[in-house]
Amino acid sequence: MLNIVWFLLLASGIIVAALNGNIEVVSEAALSAAQGAVKICIDLVGIMALWLGIMKIAEKGGLIQALARLMKPLMLRLFPSIPPEHPALGAIILNLSANILGLGNAATPFGMRAMQEMQKLNSDSSEASTAMCTFLALNTSCITLIPATIIGVRVSLGSTNPTEIVGACIFATSIAMLMAVSLDYWFRTRSPWGGKG
Amino acid sequence: MLLSILTLISQWAIPFLLLAVPLYGMLKKVPVYESFVEGAEQGFYTAVKIIPFLVGMMVAISVFRASGAMDYLSRAVAPLTALIGAPSEILPLAVMRPLSGSAVLGMSTEIMKIYGPDSHIGRLASVMQGTTDTTFFVLTVYFGSVGIKKYRYALLTGLTADISGFLASVYICNLLFR
Repeated sequence: MLNIVWFLLLASGIIVAALNGNIEVVSEAALSAAQGAVKICIDLVGIMALWLGIMKIAEKGGLIQALARLMKPLMLRLFPSIPPEHPALGAIILNLSANILGLGNAATPFGMRAMQEMQKLNSDSSEASTAMCTFLALNTSCITLIPATIIGVRVSLGSTNPTEIVGACIFATSIAMLMAVSLDYWFRTRSPWGGKG
Repeated sequence: MLLSILTLISQWAIPFLLLAVPLYGMLKKVPVYESFVEGAEQGFYTAVKIIPFLVGMMVAISVFRASGAMDYLSRAVAPLTALIGAPSEILPLAVMRPLSGSAVLGMSTEIMKIYGPDSHIGRLASVMQGTTDTTFFVLTVYFGSVGIKKYRYALLTGLTADISGFLASVYICNLLFR
């Protein structure tokens, strides 16, 4: 599926540019995006190092495991393929908590850590495991209590009530999350795609 | 009032974590600095591992957007917006949301500049900005960090969540702010 999406994005872009007679934008867009992608990753290095370092302290002190134990009933239902008290569960909880608190830059390193732990349990290391799909369904639709960026924009544009949208955001995200979790459940239990452990 | 509480939380969250976790480590007799460095070492490799995946995805999205194909797609689905009771200016935001976070932020800022942040469309743009995530970016980065190339049904789940988030945003804004 991803192969098709990727090809379609690229091919339709190039064809549209050619038909519009502005084919020159393609090379410019491609090259600057390639450089931009590397820059994002380099910027990530420091942030990743900071939070993975902090996480290691929490892990050695037993905090991550305690967190996983606390949320055990829920986690077992969402991630039946991960053994209870596995470090992946602690990392997943940290990632989702950071997302909920709006700490985007801490959420990513915790999420990578969760992916690495789940990869250890994965039977085919080039293909997503069921647990990974569930985790990303939760992650991409996760509620944010403080949508800080958009509140900032509203403040700067002189809104009389910059935070009035918070409740609506939480409602809309909850619907999205509910949808993601149900669909993921359906995929992994009922669809032909769900066969893998 | 709410704004100052929220600002307070977001200002304190990181300092709190940076104090609480090492303090907890000290109490548990963990060699805190050594553990920090041990964990931090992984940061570099993980970030570098994502590069090829992100380059591939960002190039495709960027070509799609710069060529104008993106605008055609938005215009093609525009008649649908009337059907769900949303202003048609909002649709490009919904189409763009899963693809590019910075583009969407630019677009919603533009909408609020033109119509005002407290207009109906301005509020709707804000809610959509605060709802769901840049699905393509997140999947690329997360799967990329462990070298996974086959996403199975993850993309379909994420995009369905994005669409439901968009519809829910339109619904709640019509209900609350009109």
